[in-house]
Amino acid sequence: MLTVQISHTQGQFDLNIAFQAPSGGVTSLYGPSGAGKTSIVQMVAGLLRPDEGYIAINDRCLYDSQKGINLPPEKRRIGYVFQEGRLFPHLSVRANLTYGMHRTPARHRFIDFDEVVALLGIDHLLARRPAGLSGGEKQRVAIGRALLTSPTMLLMDEPLASLDGARKAEVIPFIKDLGEHFSMPILYVSHEPGEILALATHVVVLKRGEVVDSGTPETFFDPYPPAYGDRQAAGF
Amino acid sequence: MDFFYLSPMERDALALSLWVAGWAVAVSLPVGILTAWLLARVKFPGKAILEGIVHLPLVLPPVVIGYLLLMLLGRNGIIGGWLYRSLGITLAFSWRGAVLAAAVMAFPLLVRAVRLSLENVDPGLEAAARTLGAGPVRVFFTVTLPLMAPGILTGTLLAFARSLGEFGATITFVSNIKGETQTLPLALYTLTQVPDGEHGALRICILSILIAMVALIISETLSRRVAAQIKA
Repeated sequence: MLTVQISHTQGQFDLNIAFQAPSGGVTSLYGPSGAGKTSIVQMVAGLLRPDEGYIAINDRCLYDSQKGINLPPEKRRIGYVFQEGRLFPHLSVRANLTYGMHRTPARHRFIDFDEVVALLGIDHLLARRPAGLSGGEKQRVAIGRALLTSPTMLLMDEPLASLDGARKAEVIPFIKDLGEHFSMPILYVSHEPGEILALATHVVVLKRGEVVDSGTPETFFDPYPPAYGDRQAAGF
Repeated sequence: MDFFYLSPMERDALALSLWVAGWAVAVSLPVGILTAWLLARVKFPGKAILEGIVHLPLVLPPVVIGYLLLMLLGRNGIIGGWLYRSLGITLAFSWRGAVLAAAVMAFPLLVRAVRLSLENVDPGLEAAARTLGAGPVRVFFTVTLPLMAPGILTGTLLAFARSLGEFGATITFVSNIKGETQTLPLALYTLTQVPDGEHGALRICILSILIAMVALIISETLSRRVAAQIKA
């Protein structure tokens, strides 16, 4: 269970957020751009420090302004898949994948290299450099890299935004598998109802820096007409 | 065939030049990387002043730098006097002083190249490395520094070439002592001051051009190879 309760001011923008994400499945942060989705994810990862509040995973406190706790990103054990992948250009795909794994103490490791590589279908890419990969391949490697740190939670910030319809369809099943296969809780940022319907088990709706609603995806989006596949064909 | 054999004076000057330039680069590289990092990444009061001081050798006459060094670091200088009394180190009129003069003169070139490459490193990659469990120091050595490699290489070679050619600051600070501070440019200068020196001067001139060409070719090849390594 991820608990987030923070307030933060950035220029003109006020963020006042409180929500909980269940310990299993994919929780989606949904909202228009400028709603504060990325800021929240960065705060959970430790890349952005909230002005005030509390962030915890289960009983493990990551940030608490009152107690003066603020774990640095490298101590949080949270995997982060960025919108642009952010693979290290000077390292091979294999070295990218193992970068975080080698820095995870053995007693914390519960995710196996070969298993991830097989699940994401990237074994034929291991010797290559990121510059030579397609967008979909890059995102799969980025997901694998984050996963291999054996995190307690995986953050995904619009990981499909830079991909076209066909590439999206290529990556979505992997993300779906991964939550189930490793029973890894995922916090998934998106503004695409189609993606959320395909992936999420729980939705938190944000608007202008506040949580306005939450529930199952079906309460917010009509899952049937038009079907996801049709919309995809229509260039969704 | 005598043409291809170096005279003792030429050999001394060449060896000393390479030695001094090598040390100058070795000494200034860590300081240069730190300075570049401060200028590119850290906000602090007086940054413009540091920036000015770093670039001063680029715009001041070298003789002025040499004279400043002599005043500060000569045996009677503020810092030099203390160095001599407490540690027994003399910089003026020794090859160590020549190293310092060359390092100071080449420093702006080094810092500029390194800083440029640092500014091209995406902070997003460093943030990603943090989320993968690497602390700030580890991120610097495993992500930032490797991505700066082409710039560091260019800066190093530029600084090396500049150090080989250092004349004004060197002759002012450490004088022109055979076998101690007489590098190639100083040897060339000496030969132009004696009767019948033209032949020797021309030989040193050719030698300097050869070294410069070799350094440039190595620099180009290496930086192309490193850049290709990162991108391919």
